[in-house]
Amino acid sequence: MKHELVKSILNRDKLALSRAISTVENRLAGYGEMLDILYPHGGRAYRIGITGPPGAGKSTLVDQITSRILNLGKKVGIIAVDPTSPFSGGALLGDRVRMGGLAGREGVFIRSMATRGSLGGLAVATKDVSVLLDAFGMDYIMMETIGVGQIELDIADACDTTVVVLVPESGDSIQAMKAGLMEIADVIAVNKADRQGATQLSQELQFTFQLRKRQSDWCYPILLTEAVSGRGADELWQAICSHRDYLERSGDFEVHRRRQIKSRVKELLEARIRSHLEKELHLDDLLDGKADKVFKREMSPSQAADEIFKHIREYGA
Amino acid sequence: MAGSENMDELKRRSDVWQKEAKKHLPAKDKEKATTVSGEPVELLYTPLEIAHLDYLRDLGFPGEYPYTRGVYSNMYRGKLWTMRQFSGFGTPEDTNRRYKFLLTSGQTGLSVAFHLPTIYGRDSDHPLSRGEVGKCGVAVDSLADMEIIFDGIPLDKVSTSMTINAPASILLAMYIAVGEKQGVPSTELTGTIQNDLLKEYQAQKSWIFPPQPSMKIITDIMEYCADWVPKWNTISISGYHIREAGATAVQELAFTLANGFSYVQAGVDTGLEVDTFAPRLSFFFNSHLDFFEEIAKYRAARRIWAREMKERFRARNPRSWLMRFHTQTAGCTLTAQQPENNIVRTAFQALAAVLGGTQSLHTNSMDETYALPTEKAVKLALRTQQLIGYETGVACTIDPLGGSYYVEALTQRMEEKAYEYFREIESLGGVIAAIESGFFQREIAKSAYLYQKAVDERRRIIVGINEFTEEKPPAIETLRIDPSVEKHQIEFLRKMKKERNSKRVKETLRGLRETAQTGENLMPRILNCVRAYVTIGEMIDVLRGEFGEYREPPIFW
Amino acid sequence: MERKIRVLIAKPGLDGHDRGAKVVAAALRDAGMEVIYTGLHQTPEMIVEAAIQEDVDVIGVSILSGAHMTILPRILELLAKEGARDVMLIGGGIIPEDDAAKLEKKGVRKLFGPGTPTAEIARFIEENVLC
Repeated sequence: MKHELVKSILNRDKLALSRAISTVENRLAGYGEMLDILYPHGGRAYRIGITGPPGAGKSTLVDQITSRILNLGKKVGIIAVDPTSPFSGGALLGDRVRMGGLAGREGVFIRSMATRGSLGGLAVATKDVSVLLDAFGMDYIMMETIGVGQIELDIADACDTTVVVLVPESGDSIQAMKAGLMEIADVIAVNKADRQGATQLSQELQFTFQLRKRQSDWCYPILLTEAVSGRGADELWQAICSHRDYLERSGDFEVHRRRQIKSRVKELLEARIRSHLEKELHLDDLLDGKADKVFKREMSPSQAADEIFKHIREYGA
Repeated sequence: MAGSENMDELKRRSDVWQKEAKKHLPAKDKEKATTVSGEPVELLYTPLEIAHLDYLRDLGFPGEYPYTRGVYSNMYRGKLWTMRQFSGFGTPEDTNRRYKFLLTSGQTGLSVAFHLPTIYGRDSDHPLSRGEVGKCGVAVDSLADMEIIFDGIPLDKVSTSMTINAPASILLAMYIAVGEKQGVPSTELTGTIQNDLLKEYQAQKSWIFPPQPSMKIITDIMEYCADWVPKWNTISISGYHIREAGATAVQELAFTLANGFSYVQAGVDTGLEVDTFAPRLSFFFNSHLDFFEEIAKYRAARRIWAREMKERFRARNPRSWLMRFHTQTAGCTLTAQQPENNIVRTAFQALAAVLGGTQSLHTNSMDETYALPTEKAVKLALRTQQLIGYETGVACTIDPLGGSYYVEALTQRMEEKAYEYFREIESLGGVIAAIESGFFQREIAKSAYLYQKAVDERRRIIVGINEFTEEKPPAIETLRIDPSVEKHQIEFLRKMKKERNSKRVKETLRGLRETAQTGENLMPRILNCVRAYVTIGEMIDVLRGEFGEYREPPIFW
Repeated sequence: MERKIRVLIAKPGLDGHDRGAKVVAAALRDAGMEVIYTGLHQTPEMIVEAAIQEDVDVIGVSILSGAHMTILPRILELLAKEGARDVMLIGGGIIPEDDAAKLEKKGVRKLFGPGTPTAEIARFIEENVLC
C-alpha cells in the first residue's frame, strides 16, 4: 500500500500526497519507510517560513506571496499550523479560510496541521510533511506557524528564509522582539502598515538590526505591507528572492542546510535514545527505584541520575 | 418618586423581604435568573431599583424628547403599526400573486425578499446562481421583472420596503422607474430600502464592495432621495441580522445604534446638513424570546438615539431625533420540532414588539424552519398581528409598561451597557476599524457559541428541543419552489436582452463607469441604466470593476 | 500517536449565514476533532479540492438557501470522480424532510435539522468514521 502511495506521489497524484501526509502525521505503520524512500527525491523545494504573533496577518501575506509564485508558473505547498486545544485535544484550523484567494487555483496545495502537543510553533510532523511536499515536486514550500511559543527554534531548523510578520500594536511587537524572533528573522514585514505606529515600529526595528547588519552581508530588509490590499507584497516577494540569491551566492545556503540536517538527525537520534531508554531499558522502573531514596533525602537528584547513567553504561545496549 | 424617608423605610422592609424570600428559592436559582442574553434578573423590582428615574427627563411624553415612551403622540390610537410581511419567491409572477393575496388579507405594507443572486449583484444566468434562482426570494434581473412584481399594485397607494443592501441603489432606481410607468412621480413614493452595509460586514455577510465605496453609495442615495424621493426611508439600520447571527440583546442594541451614528457621521462628512437626511433614517430590530428584555431594548434605543442626535450631532429638527423602527420576530428561535409551537412563540414576540412601540411588524410563519411560508402559514402570521391590534386592547394606550419597576430598570441597564460598547468601539477607532479588526464578528460568534452551549447543556430550556420533546411528528405541508423557475427565469432574461436596445445599454453603462470614476452621485446614472433594461449583473460588474470586491477577515472567536 | 478525526465545515453557494457552521465547528473542536472551515461562497469544486488536500474524514455542509438539491449531489459526484468516495458527507440547515430523505438515498450520510444538539453531531461522526 505504501509503495503505491510512493509511486503515486512521484506521479504528482494529489490524493496520494494527501493520504501520505496523514500517514506521516499519524505515525501509521510504514511511515518511516515511506519517508526514507521519498527523501532522495527531494531537494528542489525552497522553504519559506512565516512567523509572528497571532493576528499579524500571516495567512493573508502567505496568500499574497503564493499568488505571485503561482503567477510565475511555479508550484507551492503550504503547511499552515494552528494550536491544538490543551483542553479538548481538538483544533480549529483557521488559516486556510484566510487564504481564500488561492481557492480553486492550480499549482497550490494547502494542508492545515494542528500542533498536537508540540511545544514549538510547528507540528511535530511538519518537517516530515515538508519532505513529502518536496518529493512531490513543489518549487516552494511555505510554512506558517502559530506565532507563539518557542517558534524560533522550529522555524530556523525547517526553513531557508524566515519572514517575521509584526503589526504596530506595541505590546505584541515588544514581546516579539524579546522572544528571540529577531534572531531568526531574515526578512521583516510590518503588516497593517496603514495603522498608527507602523513607521515608528519600522524605525525601531531598523535600529535593532543595526548590529546584525554590520556583522553580515545580508541587508535584513524591513518592509511595510498591507496584506489585505496587497500593498508591499511585491516588495516582500522580491526581498525573499533576494535572500535566496544572497544565500546561494555566499555559499550560506549549503552551510545552513548542513546545519539543519545535523540538527534534524540529532533530534531523531535523541528521540530514538529516549524511546530506547523508556522501552528497552525500562527507564520508569529505574527512576522509581531511585526516586524513593531521593524523596527520603538519602541522595540528591543529581546523584540518582549519575547512578542510573552508570547502570545504563554498564548494562544498556 | 417616593420621598426619601419613605425610600429608607422601603429599603429596610425590602431587605427583610429579600432575605426571607431567598430562603425559599431552589438551589440552582442564580444560574437560571438571567434574561436570554445573560443579564441578571432580580426576584423582585421595587421603586428602589429605579430611584434615580426622573419622569420628565428620562421618559417624557410620547412624541416628545427623549421619546422613550413612543415616537408619536398618538401612536396606535392614531394608526396601528404597519403589518408588513416580508415576502418573495420564485418568479416575479409568483410574487405578484402572493403580494395580492397578502394585501387582500389585510396586510398594510409590502416587503420584498429578493433571491440570493440579486442580493449579490448577479443575474439568474450566472454560474454562481445555479440552484439558487427564486429559492429564498424573488428573482429580479432587470426592470422587466420589477414591472411584473408590481403589476396591478399602485405605488401611490402602498409603501414598499425592500430588503436589499449592496445593490440597493439599483433596486430603488427600478422602483422609481416602475412608478414612472404608472404615472407616480418619485416624490410621491413611500417605502424603505435596507441599504445597511455595516451590518453586512458584521453579521449578514451579503456584501459586494469594500466599506469605503459602500458608504459612498449610501450617501449618494441619501443625497438623491433628499431631493427626489423625500418620503423614502433611505436606510433601515438593522439589528435583526446581528441578533440572528447570535448577538445578545445588548449587542444588538449597541451595534445597531453605533452603525447608525456612523451613517449620520458619513452623511455629515459629505457635506449634507444633518436635518436634510436624518429624518429619513429608520431602524429594524429583532423581537426575540425574552419578553421584557425586548421591550426594554426598544425603549432604550429610542432614548439613546434621541439624545445622541440632539446633543452629539446637533440635529435641530425633532424629526431627526426619532428612532422609528420595523420589527421582525426572531427567525432563529423557531424550531423544526413541533412547528405549531412557533405560532405561539411568534405571538409573544409580536406582542413584545407592539408593547415596545414598533412602527411596522413582520411576524414569522410556523413553517419557516422548513421552507418559505405557505399561504396558510403566512395568513396565520398576519392574523396574529390583527388579533393583537384589534382584540387584546394593548394598542389602546401608549407604552402601557412605562413605569413598571422591572421594565424601567431593565431599560436603564441596557442603556448603560450600550454606552459601554460605544466607548469600546470608539477606542478601537470607530465602527469601520472595529469591523476590520473583527471586533463585532468575534463578539457575535462568541455569543452564538455560548448560547448553543447553554442549550446543549440544558441550562437554557427550549421547548421541543431539550425538554418536552416528542418522537417525530407528522410532517406539515411546506412550500416548494418549482424547479422550473430557474429555467423560466433564464429564458425570460435571454429574451429581454434580445429585445432591448443594446446601443442604449452600452451608452448607459459607459456613463455609469465614468461616474464611478469621477465620484459624482451615481443615482442618475443608475436610473438611466435601469430604464434601458440593463441588468443588475451588468451594472454591478461595472461597479465591481471600479470599487473592487470585499474579502472578509474570517473570525471565529 | 492518537488519531484525530478531521472535519471540513463548508458554506457552499451564495448563502452568507454562517452562525450554524461556526457553532458546529467550535463544538467539534471541543469534542477533540481537527476542524477546517472553508469560509463563505464555496463552489462544490472548491469544497472537494479542500477536502482532498486536507484528507478529511468528514465534510459537513451548511445550507440555508434552498440550493441543497443541486449542491449536495454535485459534491458526491466530485468526490467519486476524485477517488475520495470514503469521505463522509453530512449536512444541516433548512432542508425539508422529503428532500433530506432523497439526499440520504443518494449517498449523503446524514442531514441534521435545526435544533440538533451539537453533541449529537459529534457523536454521530465518532461512531461512523472509518478508522
